[in-house]
Amino acid sequence: MIGLGHYLTVGAILFVLGVFGIFINRKNVIVILMAIELILLSVNINLVAFSAFLGDMVGQVFAMFVLTVAAGEAAIGLAILVIYFRGRGTIAVDDINQMKG
Amino acid sequence: MIQAFAFYLFAAIVIASGVLTIGARNPVHSVLWLILAFFNAAGLFLILGAEFIAMLLVIVYVGAVAVLFLFVVMMLDVDFAELRAGVARYWPFATLLALVLLAEIVFALAAWNAGTIVAPKASPTMQDVSNIELLGRALYTRYVYIFEAAGLVLLVAMIGAIVLTHRQRSDVRPQRVSDQVRRRPEDAVVNMHPGVGQGVEL
Repeated sequence: MIGLGHYLTVGAILFVLGVFGIFINRKNVIVILMAIELILLSVNINLVAFSAFLGDMVGQVFAMFVLTVAAGEAAIGLAILVIYFRGRGTIAVDDINQMKG
Repeated sequence: MIQAFAFYLFAAIVIASGVLTIGARNPVHSVLWLILAFFNAAGLFLILGAEFIAMLLVIVYVGAVAVLFLFVVMMLDVDFAELRAGVARYWPFATLLALVLLAEIVFALAAWNAGTIVAPKASPTMQDVSNIELLGRALYTRYVYIFEAAGLVLLVAMIGAIVLTHRQRSDVRPQRVSDQVRRRPEDAVVNMHPGVGQGVEL
């Protein structure tokens, strides 16, 4: 029978994959943003799994808020990426600290 | 039985498409693998009985966020091969870090199994009430202020994205609506009474 531990394991593997993706694609901001989406998805899996197995709806409410924040983050991140590319012609993050306001 | 089979199917595809998301050479493929991961995570949520979150994941993530990613990846003319060049240099460090993190999570799971925390339920689930109704009851009563704050977050994100990407271009002649509205008939139309045989001087 599938228990809470199974879902937590899936969440943990996805989380580690997301962190690994951030570090392995250090120059490519688009893939870094996608890895962040994976991390948020793993957090959502954990929240919904706890919500289902503890019989408490709060986990799903907070999963919805995480979804909201993730959507906003993706929109702002991609907007910053577009103007950064417009100004410099590349999306390499090595010298992104030159943005400075 | 069928539940266990569905869980292992969805979990395996989620993890495999997660691996391919961060490992694909072409970012367009990465986005498509990300979409597959979201679909299968929605399947996992369906098994857990969280129908509304599952549908939200399909609509919001696949319908909006992933398409946004796809637009940006295809719009930006980036040399992705050059960006992949760092992967060979970074992967030992990244693997080390991922293993450390995985070990920490395994320890945390073991510690969580060792003891249980008994807390009163804030909004318990009921057998005869549907998932979406329970979610609505929690969301619009106890968490209504946080719900409004989430709406505000989305508003700020929308305005921020528009302000960031909007630009004034100097090389085009856009429509000037205020000039058009301000124009009166006496500026544009002249009544004339030309004599017979004489033309009109414009």
